[in-house]
Amino acid sequence: MHVEGDRDVCVGAGMCVLTAPDVFDQDDDGIVKVLHEQPDAGEEDVVRQAATLCPSGAVKLLS
Amino acid sequence: MITYPQQRTCPYHPSPGYGELRDGTPLRKVQLVNGQEAWVVSGHEQARALLADPRVSADRTNTGFPMIVPAGVAAIQTAPNRPFLVRDDPEHNRFRRMLISEFTVRRLRQLRPEIDRIVHDRIDAMLAAGPPADLVTAFSLPVPSLVICRMLGVPYADHEFFEKATSGILRGRTPQESTKAGADLLEYLTALAADPPPGLIARLKRERVGTGQMSLDELAFTALLLLGAGHETTASMITLSVIALLEHPEQLAAFRTGHDAVPASVEELLRYLTIVESILRVAVGDIEIAGEVIKAGEGIVIATGVVNRAEDAFDEPDRFDLGRSAVHHVAFGYGVHQCLGQNLARTELQVALPALFDRVPGLRLAAPVGELELRPIMTIQGVNALPVTW
Repeated sequence: MHVEGDRDVCVGAGMCVLTAPDVFDQDDDGIVKVLHEQPDAGEEDVVRQAATLCPSGAVKLLS
Repeated sequence: MITYPQQRTCPYHPSPGYGELRDGTPLRKVQLVNGQEAWVVSGHEQARALLADPRVSADRTNTGFPMIVPAGVAAIQTAPNRPFLVRDDPEHNRFRRMLISEFTVRRLRQLRPEIDRIVHDRIDAMLAAGPPADLVTAFSLPVPSLVICRMLGVPYADHEFFEKATSGILRGRTPQESTKAGADLLEYLTALAADPPPGLIARLKRERVGTGQMSLDELAFTALLLLGAGHETTASMITLSVIALLEHPEQLAAFRTGHDAVPASVEELLRYLTIVESILRVAVGDIEIAGEVIKAGEGIVIATGVVNRAEDAFDEPDRFDLGRSAVHHVAFGYGVHQCLGQNLARTELQVALPALFDRVPGLRLAAPVGELELRPIMTIQGVNALPVTW
C-alpha cells in the first residue's frame, strides 16, 4: 500500500491523525503530513479507515 | 408527505414523527416547516456523497436555499461579510486555512491540561454550592465558555452577555429579538477586535487584517461564529450526555470503569445525541443520486439525526452502545465544511464527562426526563436546564 496526502484539498479536520497517528500528522498549518508512505501490513486497516473518514478526500491510497 | 423538521419528544431521540424517513428510502422531497420544498436525505452513503460533492453549495444567499433557521442566524448568514461556514470554495478554504492551526490534534493535546483545570474548578464550585444544582449553568455551559474565551481572547467576565446574546440569536421569542441579539453580539465583537486581548482574535488581526487578507468586519463575523459554535454546541453535548448516561445505568457503569475507552464512547455519544439535526445545502448543478435527480437550485437537507440512526450504517441504531465503533457518524458533518472545532469538542467531552462522574459519584437527575424543557427543533438540540443532585 502507498499513501499520499493531498495538501491542496486537505481541510485540516485531523481525522487521519486521530485514526492512524503513526502514519499521519498535521504540519504547523494543520495540513496533512504523511509520516510513512508505505505503511506496514499491520497498519493497512487503520489507514483504509483514515481514507474513508477523511472529509475532503485528501488521504489517497494507491495500491 | 411528512413535514420537516419535527420537534423531539425525548431529549436524545429524533422525533417519533420521522418514522417515514426511516423506511430505507435514502432521500425524498419533503415540505419544510417554512413552506419550502427540499430533498431530505436520510441515507448514510448518500449524505456523505452529497456533503462531499462540489455541486452542493453552502451559500445561503442562493434563492433555493432551505432556510429553516432562526431569523438572527439567517441575518448573520446572508450578510455581505458572512462567516466562511456559509461560503463556498475557494473563499471558504481561504478563511478556513487561516484557522486550522488553532484546532489541530497536537494543539488540542497542548490545551488539554488547561481544559482539565477548568473542568475541575467548575466541579469544585458546584460541589461547594450544592446539592442540588442546575447542571447547565453550573457545569455544561461554563466549561466550554471558559475554554473558547481563553482560545479567542474574549474576556470571560463578559460571559453573561455573550451567552445570553447567543441564546437570543438561536432561541429569541420573536424574529426581531433574534436579529437584535445577533446585531448586539456583532457590535460587541467588532469593538473587541479594535483592541483585542491576547488570543486568536489578536493574532488574526495582526497576521491577517494587518496584511489585508481579512477585513475587520470579516474578523468580527469569524469571531462570532467561533464564539457561538464554541460554547453552545459542547454545552448541549455535555448536558445530553449526562442525561443519556444516567438513563442507561449499564452503559454508565461501563463508562466509569473503561477510561481507555472514553474516546470511543464520546463518538457513540456524538452519534446517538446528534445535537445538530440538519445540515442545509442547495444544489448548484444537477445531481443523479439513488435513482433520483436533484436539480440545480433545489434545496437539500441532510437529516443528520436520522442518518446517524441508519440501519445500513449502524447495527441496531437506536441502541445506545458505548462499545460500538461509531466513528463514521456525521454529527460533525462531512466534506470540506466538516466541523472545524471537532477536536476541541472531542477533547472537552473526553475530559469533562469522566471527571464529572468520578468526582460526583452519586450524581442523579432531580427531575423526570419527561418534564425537561426541550430546545426548539430549528436550533442546537438540548435542554434549557438540568436539575441534578448527588
